[in-house]
Amino acid sequence: MLAFLGRRCLIAIPTIILISIFVFGMQKLLPGDPVLAMAGEERDPEVIAYLREKYRLNDPIVVQYLHWIGNALRGDLGISLRTNQPVTELIGEKLPVTLQLAVMALIIAMVIGIPAGVLSAYRKGTWVDWVANTIALSGLSVPNFWLGIMMILLVSVKLGWLPASGYQPLSEDPLQSIKTMLMPAFVLGTAIAATLMRHTRSAMLGVLKSDYVRTARAKGLAEGVVLVKHALRNALVPIVTVTTLLFGELLAGAVLTEQIFTIPGFGKLVVDAVFNRDYAVVQGIVLCTGIAFIAMNILADAAYRVLNPRMTDL
Amino acid sequence: MTLKRHFGFALAFALSTTALQAADLRIGLQEDPDVLDPDQSRTFVGRIVYASLCDKLVDITPDLEIIPQLATGWQWSDDGLELTMTLREDASFHDGTPFDAAAVVANIERSKNLPESRRKSEVKSITGVEAVDDHTVKFTLGAPDATLIAQFADRSGMMLSPTATAAAGTDFGLNPICSGPFKFDERVQQDRIVLSKFDDYWNADAISFDTVTFLPIPDTTVRLANLRSGDLDMLERLAATDVASVSGDDALQMEQAVSLGYQGITVNVANGAGADNPLGQDARIRKALSLAIDRNIINQVVFEGAFAPGNQSFPPTSPWYNTDLPVPERDVDAAKALLAEAGYPDGIDIEIQVANNPVQMQLMQVVQAMASEAGINIELVAKEFATLLRDQSAGDYTASQIGWSGRVDPDGNIHQFVTSGGGINDGGYSNPQVDALLDSARTSTDLATRKANYDAARVILQEDLPLIYLYHVTWIWALDTDLSGFTAYPDGMIRLEGVTKG
Repeated sequence: MLAFLGRRCLIAIPTIILISIFVFGMQKLLPGDPVLAMAGEERDPEVIAYLREKYRLNDPIVVQYLHWIGNALRGDLGISLRTNQPVTELIGEKLPVTLQLAVMALIIAMVIGIPAGVLSAYRKGTWVDWVANTIALSGLSVPNFWLGIMMILLVSVKLGWLPASGYQPLSEDPLQSIKTMLMPAFVLGTAIAATLMRHTRSAMLGVLKSDYVRTARAKGLAEGVVLVKHALRNALVPIVTVTTLLFGELLAGAVLTEQIFTIPGFGKLVVDAVFNRDYAVVQGIVLCTGIAFIAMNILADAAYRVLNPRMTDL
Repeated sequence: MTLKRHFGFALAFALSTTALQAADLRIGLQEDPDVLDPDQSRTFVGRIVYASLCDKLVDITPDLEIIPQLATGWQWSDDGLELTMTLREDASFHDGTPFDAAAVVANIERSKNLPESRRKSEVKSITGVEAVDDHTVKFTLGAPDATLIAQFADRSGMMLSPTATAAAGTDFGLNPICSGPFKFDERVQQDRIVLSKFDDYWNADAISFDTVTFLPIPDTTVRLANLRSGDLDMLERLAATDVASVSGDDALQMEQAVSLGYQGITVNVANGAGADNPLGQDARIRKALSLAIDRNIINQVVFEGAFAPGNQSFPPTSPWYNTDLPVPERDVDAAKALLAEAGYPDGIDIEIQVANNPVQMQLMQVVQAMASEAGINIELVAKEFATLLRDQSAGDYTASQIGWSGRVDPDGNIHQFVTSGGGINDGGYSNPQVDALLDSARTSTDLATRKANYDAARVILQEDLPLIYLYHVTWIWALDTDLSGFTAYPDGMIRLEGVTKG
């Protein structure tokens, strides 16, 4: 297992280098001038020239890239052009926030999506299946931002149950933290729950038709045991794959959700940074997100082997 | 709902005694401020935080008169080349450093000499500054500068602890130390900025809050929802489209003030190849465009009547507004006649760039519809703001919908936009007469002379129309009804002296 993980990490290195080049290049292709955005309304030419020099924007792009990646390898991702805060510090500040949101959303998605998928596959063609499908379809079709604003208006303004927006660190006040994060996690989770439900349903449908399920039933095992231990466990491999891919979608969805609920996470940071042409911040965040996504995939590969020991030759 | 409200009142009443002892004021901001260093910062929203954090040499009244703050008085020499200021003796910085003449000298030198300083152009006229005694400071100017005192009412006049600036350098903004009514506690980017009461503040009795929390919430709907749910006590820049809903809400109140800035269309008349088109070359076409627009309708349709229609660099409410040139009525026939005279009897196609946010897009779509009735077919090019700005300063545009946040002194709204080689003269307009009038308005300390100069320049600019002004934003604050004592200022700042809760 260790050798496998080691191999996987080695393979990830060129991918990360590619990501870094891609991020850096894309950033420079963006129209607009960061220094012009930073110079303020007055746009003093003297200040503009100084800042361009200070942030090495006059260097050839390859030199700029090597300088950035060289510093990044030493753990220095530069400073935010907008607030002068070090990017590594910003990431350290924002990462727990978005992780909390993503994990809570994922839990909500799994709690809703997997049982709903199992049930609708088991009761295929009955009203249970129809209800689950209808809910799943609406979860997929309702836009995040709309659902978010509607929930704020209903749950916070009308009913006053949960705070409308903002963020409380988990370490300071766990209960309040979970309360403020509940609504955004729900909004983010429902969209994903729908996808998860559909995939669980089709995986389960396939497995439920298989010989070993029939055999298990023939052995006289209780229906619950057949469903969970024999059917679901085997159906889990595609579900894990989908969940891993959905994690990427979660990070993307977090951009919008954080914007609506004013959660100070990665998503909000990156949107503000793009608009302000805060290069160092965008690069740092996208690089980190890329690495996180790769890490998720390695973990998923490891999970396959735990779930299905036959998959050792991968 | 009513039951809940009654319960809320009862609860508020029960808590009111304790609330007085530990009052927190929560203010919703439209954006997250940039770096909290007055010498380096550049956003409007940052200045709202400074209003509580950093005292200035002078302040303004709601009528734009300059009044003492850290300076108690000032005197110009007869030639206008020396300004002597006496300073408050009971002020100190949040770190205990006393506020004195040496601190003023250090601050002005930082604004002038820090390479990252965005204040350089504002204090350019100062050639020397010296401490006459502990609480008297003398500024020497290279040339008379009537705008200087007004600069001291904004970021250039904000006094930072010289101990802190010496120690932190350009990182001052991570832990700003000033001398205002509140001191810096913490900041979580995009989430909150927390300030707490400075007990040694010279005017501490006027401050009734222990902490102020600024929460950046960009979405206007969500910001208002937070105010309604009680998570905010007040917010700035209420959307014009929410004015009706807030005035119908008994739990909320509204305050308004017409801003110092403007919004309009800057035409490229001589900034590179982009100016090489009929709109840039022929003032008659620019006049036709201006005449085709009904500024009142724009205000009604796009801003629900909440803003102020305008046609000059100062709003009609400003003492500097030229009343001989009122906001023109729409005149489609006159616009068509001008087009025909300019050689385009069958209409003309022009291109205008606009920032791709919903409000500015809607504004320009209304302009587009009005102009088409006069035979001016506008093609709108929506650009993301940073791109729009780059193209505009590079001269890579025909016309651009853009605005200015406004300055206390009239010079700040006009000089650098229309004088030859002006720092923000993106249209490339140049007229020696206008240059002479605006330069002289800048140096004269006599208000009547200045006004006459601006009026005369306006007459010329109204003929040449390098900028077609459209409207002036009105700052709208929405507050919980339990707040009282808030005063609306045209600079859009939130001053907390005298504001109380409950």
